[in-house]
Amino acid sequence: MSDGRHMDVAIIGGGPAGLAAATALKSAGVERVVVLEREAEAGGIPRHCGHPPFGLREFRRIMKGSTYAARLVAAAKRAGVEIRTLTTVVEAHEGGRLLLATPEGMSELTAKRVILATGVRETPRSARLVSGARVSGVMNTGALQSMVYLKKRRPFKRPVIIGSELVAFSAILTCRHAGIRPVAMIEANKGVTARWPSAVFPTLMGVALMTDTQLVEIIGDADVEAVMLKGPDGTQRRLDCDGVILSGQFTPEAALARCGHLVVDPATGGPRVDQWGRTSDRAYFATGNLLRPVETAGWSWAEGRRAGHWVAQDLAGQLPEPDPSARVSVSDSRLRYVMPQNIVLSSKVGGMNDVQLRVGQNVDGELIAECNGKKVWGRRLRTGPERRVLVQTRELAAACEEGDIEFKISEPTD
Amino acid sequence: MLDHAQYDVVVIGAGVVGCAIARRFTLEGARVAVLEKATDILDGASKANSAILHTGFDAPNGSLELQCVRAGYAEYQSIRDGLGLVQDHASAYVVAWTPEELRGLESIQRKAHQNGITDVQLVDAATLRKSEPNLSANALGAAFVPGESLIDPWSAPYVYLRQAIENGAKVFTSCGVTGGEFDGERWCIDTSMGQIRGRTVINCAGLYGDAVDQTLLGEVDFQIKPRKGQFVVFDKAASKLVSAIILPVPSETTKGIVVFRTVFGNLAVGPTAEEQHSRTDASTDEATLKALIADGVAKIPALKDMPVTATYAGLRPASEQKDYRISSKPEQNWVTVGGIRSTGLSGALGIAQHVYGLYAAMGASHERLSDPVRPQANMLSETGPRDWKREQCGEVVCHCELVTRREIAVALSGPLPARSLAGLKRQTRATMGRCQGFYCAARLAELTDGCFDRPMARSITDE
Repeated sequence: MSDGRHMDVAIIGGGPAGLAAATALKSAGVERVVVLEREAEAGGIPRHCGHPPFGLREFRRIMKGSTYAARLVAAAKRAGVEIRTLTTVVEAHEGGRLLLATPEGMSELTAKRVILATGVRETPRSARLVSGARVSGVMNTGALQSMVYLKKRRPFKRPVIIGSELVAFSAILTCRHAGIRPVAMIEANKGVTARWPSAVFPTLMGVALMTDTQLVEIIGDADVEAVMLKGPDGTQRRLDCDGVILSGQFTPEAALARCGHLVVDPATGGPRVDQWGRTSDRAYFATGNLLRPVETAGWSWAEGRRAGHWVAQDLAGQLPEPDPSARVSVSDSRLRYVMPQNIVLSSKVGGMNDVQLRVGQNVDGELIAECNGKKVWGRRLRTGPERRVLVQTRELAAACEEGDIEFKISEPTD
Repeated sequence: MLDHAQYDVVVIGAGVVGCAIARRFTLEGARVAVLEKATDILDGASKANSAILHTGFDAPNGSLELQCVRAGYAEYQSIRDGLGLVQDHASAYVVAWTPEELRGLESIQRKAHQNGITDVQLVDAATLRKSEPNLSANALGAAFVPGESLIDPWSAPYVYLRQAIENGAKVFTSCGVTGGEFDGERWCIDTSMGQIRGRTVINCAGLYGDAVDQTLLGEVDFQIKPRKGQFVVFDKAASKLVSAIILPVPSETTKGIVVFRTVFGNLAVGPTAEEQHSRTDASTDEATLKALIADGVAKIPALKDMPVTATYAGLRPASEQKDYRISSKPEQNWVTVGGIRSTGLSGALGIAQHVYGLYAAMGASHERLSDPVRPQANMLSETGPRDWKREQCGEVVCHCELVTRREIAVALSGPLPARSLAGLKRQTRATMGRCQGFYCAARLAELTDGCFDRPMARSITDE
């Protein structure tokens, strides 16, 4: 059938992970591969990052996000991937049946396999429960970037930037491009979240960096007029500004899974997957930042490419049965999440090379894995929030017998 | 001069009550002008409520509020299909969480029956849990109220006012009342846009009701005491967790914190009841929002893993008394519709009937329209025939709420064009979903270029 309604693989989301998966599927010889992209153009978040560094891993040179996105799209099209833009997947049903909203109206599409690659977004004001007036001029970095780079507009001139993850530095670059002069970068923790030398970057760009400082309240009548901040000594001070950029605190865009039939992992906020990215419905895979917040575009691209290969293998009947599998979880409040949440131990280990974890605060201790309540694996862990923590799947599988796996942190014993 | 026409009635304030009154008077044959100080209608108390069509089961016996809520409920049902309005017959449980509350359920049932809501009945914990399996095991029993319903709190008043407009009423927005004089026969009202004349004034100024009486009549017999209510809206996935509206056993001053679905497919928890002086401060605060979430989780434990989509606060125009403050001053051709503290959405159509009665009693009479135009309400209900399901909708602009480019174009150009993002949200739901504009704010800034008094963004080359 070639009516466009029956596909071998449908990929939801045309960002780096989705495009890489689609391209890999075509290279593996899968015929009918379609990317469903709800925006007017594919490319994902990098599309509205009008600044470097992108592309080192994929194209071996550094380029702007928009250039990088265009190259990913071109590569996918060259490989024979069909990209349908302005196509919103409204519902995902069992067995790969998708309900679509398109400019022509509602339609359906069925695919033998569906790859969810819907990425992440920043947590908005509402979900952060930020106190204060309901004024305009409060937005995430992503919205600001699209306004500046795609629409050549600026919503404010002197905002504060909340947060100091990598994306907060992208916010500074975006502001500079649009003639916006941020008043300050506010970080609740004692240090900058992104890696050094980011710590000196705001100052270099003329933006005051205020760590150990909390956003207490947004003040204003119709527009933002100021923010109330609480500094390290506990005193509150008012800082005049005309906008608030709420950066980072990424969360998977997992609405299709959450509102549909797929099991969602509360810790990552994305669908529960095993080491091949298989969700609770065998017709559905997930890849890229949807799996966990948050990795770079390049990392997501690499994950997407591998997911494309696994789905091709699955179509050829080459992936092992998903059951029995060990459930993987974190049972320590300092550990934010682990992904994948299922590992098939009985087969020769394949799929993701690494189990990915994140901590929520600075940690200096031993990361241990317990199986049936017994420590089976351990390693020194010194890290902070938003840093990559990887444990080799092979190593973990070798250490574990049958039974579920729990990650914990124990204090170092000298 | 704002308008040289002579109006029979000038309605001050286009909240839900003003919209319903403008409709009622227009249908009765009066020439109506509506003055609204904000750029968009429904910008005061009516912008935030719990979107429930109440039966009146818990209203004070014999109160004007009960009369208006019951009449409003009945009229809503009778005009619903003709105007394309939605009604989700969710039903409600007034849930007892303590033995004391459990003992109180009988008096709730008794009151309901006295109020004419005779289908209210008591159910035990097992029956309750059977129909609401996600409710906490701490629920001890409930009063079941089959008639409580969910409606669209903005599309309904919008279509009330649109029906007024399409049958001849005039609406002036960005038009604040600054003063006025009554010459014994008619009023000449001063506004920020000039003067306007009308025989009778109906004060529907909500949070400013007492101030408008004071300014134009020189005296006032009630005082608005704003009561803030904060709400938390959970992700749409959470709406699967409850079927009925979960009401608490009410206290003397408030209906209490409700867990309710919305016709937009969300699940919300609220409102708080916070007395305050400010008539404008609808701020939210973290501690209260956290307490609301905790309240929701205590009642529906599975809410714990549900992300928050939105938070908001509304101000109810309560007065120092519990009942509505509706009174006419025949010697001054004036009706005050004040103190509509919490049931304005349910009561609006009934209030409009009552107020028309007061007006007629002052000696006015008109010829009722024989075949009024019936505009169709915006269809924003999650389960209804939304625009994105139809052909040639343009594109989906807001992905979370599936708002199409055509819906946005209509809202920006219709008889009550959106002049602010807040107005556009109420007419389309754009940016009201889980991403709160992360994906669509830039596109909206582009699509609304030149439409808003205060643009969402300016060109980066502008100074």
